[in-house]
Amino acid sequence: MTDSDRHINFQLMRDHILAMEDGKNTSGGKQYWRSLEELADSPAFQEFVVREYPQQAEEWHDPIERRTFIKLMGASLALAGLSGCVFQPPEKIVPYVKQPEEEVPGKALFFATAAPLLGAALPVLVRSNEGRPTKIEGNPDHPNNRPSDTVTNNLVQDPRGFSATDIFTQASVLSLYDPDRSQTLTYREDIRTWTAFVGEMRTALDEQRAKQGAGIRFLTETIISPTVGAQMKELLQALPQAKWHQYEPANADNARAGAVMALGQPVNITYKFDLAERVLSLDSDFLSAIGASQRYAHDFMVKRRFTEENKGINRLYVVETTPTNTGAKADHEWCVKPSQFEGIARALLAGTGGPEWVAAVAKDLNQHKGASIVIAGDQQSPTIHALAHAMNSALGNIGKTVFYSDPLAVNPVDQRQSLQDLVADLDGGRVELLVIVGGNPVYTTPVDLKLDFERLQKAKLRVHLSQYKDETSQLCHWHVPEAHYLESWGDARSYDGTISILQPLIQPLYDGKTVSELLAVFSDQYDRKPLDIVRAFWQSHYQSQTPGAAAAPVAKATSSNNSAAPQSATASTTATSQTTNASAGRPVPTSSSTSSDFESWWRKTIHDGFVPNSALPTKTFSVRTEALNQPQQTTQSANGNFEIVIRTDPSIYDGRFANNGWLQELPKPLTKVTWDNVAVVSPNSAYQLAGVRDNGGSTTGREHYVPKVDLVDPQGRTIRAPLWIMPGQPDEVITIYLGFGRTVGGRVASGINGQPVGYNAYAVRTSYEPWFTSSLQVRKTTEQHLLATTQLHFNMEDPNFSKEERDIVRSQTLEQFRNSQKEDKEEHPTIYPEYPYKAQAENAPNYAWGMAIDLNNCTGCNACTIACQAENNIPVVGKEQVARSREMHWIRVDTYFKGFDASHPEATSFMPVPCMHCENAPCEPVCPVHATVHSAEGLNDMVYNRCVGTKYCSNNCPYKVRRFNFFLYNDWDTPTYQLMRNPDVSVRSRGVMEKCTYCVQRIQAVKIQSEIEGRRAQDGEIVTACQAVCPTEAIVFGDVNDPNSRVSKIKASERNYALLGELNTKPRTTYLSELKNLNPEIKA
Amino acid sequence: MADEPQEPYMEGPMHSTHPVIDPGLTFASVTDKISSIVLKRRTSLAWFFGFAISFALFQLMLLAITNLVFVGIGLWGVNVPVAWGIDILNFVWWIGIGHAGTLISAILLLLRQKWRTSINRFAEAMTLFAVAQAGMYPIFHLGRPWLAYWLFPYPNTMGIWPQFRSPLMWDVFAVSTYATVSAMFWFVGLIPDFATLRDRAKSKVFQMIYGLLAMGWRGSARHWHRYETAYLLLAGLATPLVLSVHTIVSFDFAVGIIPGWHATIFPPYFVAGAIYAGFAMVLLLTIPLRKFYGLEGFITMRHMHNMAKVMLATGLIVGYGYMMEAFFGWYSGNKYERYMIWNRMHGPYALYYWALILCNIITPQFLWSKKIRSNLLALWIISFVVSIGMWLERFVIVVTSLHRDFLPSSWGMYQPTQWDWSMFIGTIGFFFTLLFLFIRFLPMISIFEMRTILPEAEVDE
Repeated sequence: MTDSDRHINFQLMRDHILAMEDGKNTSGGKQYWRSLEELADSPAFQEFVVREYPQQAEEWHDPIERRTFIKLMGASLALAGLSGCVFQPPEKIVPYVKQPEEEVPGKALFFATAAPLLGAALPVLVRSNEGRPTKIEGNPDHPNNRPSDTVTNNLVQDPRGFSATDIFTQASVLSLYDPDRSQTLTYREDIRTWTAFVGEMRTALDEQRAKQGAGIRFLTETIISPTVGAQMKELLQALPQAKWHQYEPANADNARAGAVMALGQPVNITYKFDLAERVLSLDSDFLSAIGASQRYAHDFMVKRRFTEENKGINRLYVVETTPTNTGAKADHEWCVKPSQFEGIARALLAGTGGPEWVAAVAKDLNQHKGASIVIAGDQQSPTIHALAHAMNSALGNIGKTVFYSDPLAVNPVDQRQSLQDLVADLDGGRVELLVIVGGNPVYTTPVDLKLDFERLQKAKLRVHLSQYKDETSQLCHWHVPEAHYLESWGDARSYDGTISILQPLIQPLYDGKTVSELLAVFSDQYDRKPLDIVRAFWQSHYQSQTPGAAAAPVAKATSSNNSAAPQSATASTTATSQTTNASAGRPVPTSSSTSSDFESWWRKTIHDGFVPNSALPTKTFSVRTEALNQPQQTTQSANGNFEIVIRTDPSIYDGRFANNGWLQELPKPLTKVTWDNVAVVSPNSAYQLAGVRDNGGSTTGREHYVPKVDLVDPQGRTIRAPLWIMPGQPDEVITIYLGFGRTVGGRVASGINGQPVGYNAYAVRTSYEPWFTSSLQVRKTTEQHLLATTQLHFNMEDPNFSKEERDIVRSQTLEQFRNSQKEDKEEHPTIYPEYPYKAQAENAPNYAWGMAIDLNNCTGCNACTIACQAENNIPVVGKEQVARSREMHWIRVDTYFKGFDASHPEATSFMPVPCMHCENAPCEPVCPVHATVHSAEGLNDMVYNRCVGTKYCSNNCPYKVRRFNFFLYNDWDTPTYQLMRNPDVSVRSRGVMEKCTYCVQRIQAVKIQSEIEGRRAQDGEIVTACQAVCPTEAIVFGDVNDPNSRVSKIKASERNYALLGELNTKPRTTYLSELKNLNPEIKA
Repeated sequence: MADEPQEPYMEGPMHSTHPVIDPGLTFASVTDKISSIVLKRRTSLAWFFGFAISFALFQLMLLAITNLVFVGIGLWGVNVPVAWGIDILNFVWWIGIGHAGTLISAILLLLRQKWRTSINRFAEAMTLFAVAQAGMYPIFHLGRPWLAYWLFPYPNTMGIWPQFRSPLMWDVFAVSTYATVSAMFWFVGLIPDFATLRDRAKSKVFQMIYGLLAMGWRGSARHWHRYETAYLLLAGLATPLVLSVHTIVSFDFAVGIIPGWHATIFPPYFVAGAIYAGFAMVLLLTIPLRKFYGLEGFITMRHMHNMAKVMLATGLIVGYGYMMEAFFGWYSGNKYERYMIWNRMHGPYALYYWALILCNIITPQFLWSKKIRSNLLALWIISFVVSIGMWLERFVIVVTSLHRDFLPSSWGMYQPTQWDWSMFIGTIGFFFTLLFLFIRFLPMISIFEMRTILPEAEVDE
């Protein structure tokens, strides 16, 4: 109201009153009045009053009044130039000049290939976002991943095939983008071109040709690629005097020798665990540490999952020399000294002798003839392997649960012998050109056959192909960067021999060359591209194998509409696993009518990711047991030394993954140690050796201060290893792990400040005792070592307030479970109101996402942790931060030992812990800024942008699943890492909380698609990253509002329970208790 | 006037030896003596020395904060599970110290305890400075401290309020209200004295500054009337705050579900603890100050006795709190609660727990003895020990509860880093910096209020 207005209004009022006085109340004015205002009552006056006194102003009846008001106000503040705008830096957006076929920006494509990482290829589908491979899933169409035909209940296994992979495959994405990978071809550290290299090699080759290649030696790893095998064969034909050596530190020499001993020739063994009622593992960690573990663990758990149909679950006996994941899952586990192992194995075959339990185990196995499996670990002696063959034969398992075929390797050799020959030739000066194809022999070769500088010097020209400039590259003239498998054309066999053709997802980032490309340099066609090599090989095969026929449908690269579930678009492939094919393992296209059109066969094969029916055909052998009649070799340690067990590391294997931060930071399954390898001992031995009874106290977070010991071999070579007490480790046995102590090979591998990560166990490993030895002296040192773990290991002898009292991991025997009362699922009283989940429509309740984790199935393989890390852009924080207990993994696998005797734990249990997504989430009400909120679908959402970092939510989370960015953990600068990230997940910055989201980006992708199609998201359509990767399908996710969903049915199980349910947080993630099927005849 | 000059406010034989004010003082001498500390007395070397040390530590705090903001709170020892460490602990500790001032000023004013007059100004200043230290922690303990303003309900384009269910939100209101009211209370109380200083200051600059601060105070009856009313109102306003602030701070823990936090006993026990800590700090500072500036006439042994008694009383309440916590833990039958108590007594931080019992329960028992209450050195040592004890109490509550909660797999340990300590020592430096400036530039004892309790002020009816 302006001043003049007011003036006029007062004037009006005055006039009105005066007029009334004059008019003697004739105009209907009031006779009695209380105030001048009342007397002057008139429409004009009323309006004046309303305008003068704003409290009488009309109310703004707008439901969003406050928010709108605030917005307007905020906007005006911003416009007023106070603070609202920050100038965004200009960004260049370059559109596609030519849009790639099938490429829809923002929509991921999936391509089939295979990951040839651990001796056998793993069939995979790789997610490609705008041409960048970002995530790897198993290929569900591959015969290895098809559900077993023996089980029909879809609660037990996903009928759509499964997509399991392992930690190495998951982490290989990080290796692809590793900025430390070798980027250029070098000659004595100088950068050279490929042409220069080829020219040099041709010159050297011309010299050699006169001598029929007598001075040429090739040293490769185990070759499972048919193309490379053919290339080598051709090479050796052209240069008959040249030699091909193979060496890998973790080789199958013993298994090979055992097979030769029992069957007369090397074989590949495949097992059908889904048919085995009883399994005896002789030191084989078949559930987590061998090439076929995904399939074996899956099949084993199919038989182990307790359902209405499968009430008599299988039984696993494990005899081992050091605790493993498989041992943890065993119903009966015996950890014995390596020197006692053979005696026990022989007693098991005989059914008598040995420890008292042997007879009971033998009896139980005998009662399950044809439905049992005896499996021996690769590191065990040939005799043990022969014994396993004999036992399987005696139990009638061969052809029922155990199958033999030709070996996967193109040319299976005794690798120790092979290396010995090479060393002899080198020492004899007979090698002029040494071509080391892959591997890092300078680091991995045994001490007695070490390819050290002295020895290598004797070869005039040395070439090394590898992904990293490592110890070997340093000692070679030429270093050729090797292409990552996601950049390569190639082929490889999976565990049963099924062939996959590898296709590249991306152009080599750093000019890497494939093995085929390098080998081609030494052939006549030295400038062939890898695609041509692989394609030519298969074309020649195709033509030699197939008469012509109708064309198979032309298939393009798999494009999945569904970015969450890695389903191949073609469902037409009817694959039957383990097919015995008459054509001796040769890949044969088996369209109903064979095709002469190689092009369509080729495209379909690449699209599907495998060559149909290419599994190696089974062979039958008669097992010869005469070799076993020889008396047991006495491996008694001469001087009462500790016995040493040598193993590959669970996370970085033989050292080839040493530069992978994800794997370095991955807590090892049983010890939870990161960024180090340890020397595992029993509690008694630790006391004997170093006078300690536990793994050192922690002060700043979750670190341990442990003593170090020296392990000294007779020649005085020493490794200094930190002692780690492991419950269940046999006394006087020390387990050491390979793969650490790298000096060259990337920033992560070789450590910071020149301090290598871990110790190098190769320094004391010999070729004649590669896995077990007793020739090392153990010496005490005064040095202490700091180990970073993700789980503190407390003194277990604390009976008053032990963790046993807490109902965390439920594990019971089958007997107890059958006899137990039905779990009364009592409701706890709460004052919290039910969360009002709005229904979508009257008959369509909203989604309610939930998860069930079957502890019975979890093998503790850690694949979920790495898969989550890859999917959700989770950073690596480094040893020092892990020691401060600031690791970032969204899903962790907790390990609990049961019982009070640390030397002999009653059981070991694994428990994967993601966010529980509680209905009554304790984190939600304590956040002062609404940064963690409940979604309408029951998700506990984390709003990173809103988080100010009070960390109150983490304090109040009873499950401690929240992770905080104490520093800027994510690498925002390295360009290649920017390519690696999942574009659907934000990259978190410093100072914000984060945690498992149930892969909300995958949920949303499926929901959007289903809404476009006007339907509900189907059960199983949404697969979280941890669920997709889990080999045993222990993790099932879905809509708990849908009573028919798999997750609802699983949650209906009697075994279902909520972790810390008494807190009444009502977690959406629930667990199924673990069952043990004990043999009543064996006393605990 | 009677023949024998009678001491005013001699309340029976008990206090006959310790009056609230030296009987020899007059209006003039009181004014002179107090104002001369600010205006006339040469600044002693000791002051410069003390100030220099405090100021240096204050710089350390600025360095610690700068580094923290640029690098991240990972510099501190906090982790998961112990996501709050000595940052929040110090916050609670400082806030606790800040309780005595307002209690002395407001509650004792309302209760007409005249002895408060000598110490209220100083205690209020201490409160204000302690709250300033406390206030920094909630801001800088954030992962992104530059967004601390999101905790305030302000109009914004995002259209969201803070979450009012969170105790941290309540903290924002409780602490900011407390700080504001305390500051106002302190300032209002200072106005008449500013005027005195203005009138007595020789230097032009000081005349100007004090003149500005005195806000035109002329000492008219009207002024006094207004002043008395305002002061009383503010006292009334401040009184509930004394109880509310620490009650709400205790909710930060009591609302959580962590064993060791989730306890209904927290509000009263925190408030008692705060008063306990506050009086300990007042004693800790008063004893050397009165000695140094010769204020024995103003702050007499009577004050020492009274404060010691308040400490003893609150100390007993706190001791009862500890006992009840342990009893509840055992009586609840809840395995997590029982383990929590067991872990406090026997776990890796057991030393802290037993030190806390020693400092906070055993030590104050000496205060039963009048002899010890009369021994200033003993009193000072006891106050010092209690201050440490109260720090330990917060350590036990914050850290030992968090470090082992429900799932043993997530258990961990916590150790403050050098940056934690830098910030803590820095806040102590900042606190003393302010305190040194205060005693140098402001009358540390209320001049006009002191005059009201002089015999001269007695008006014959």
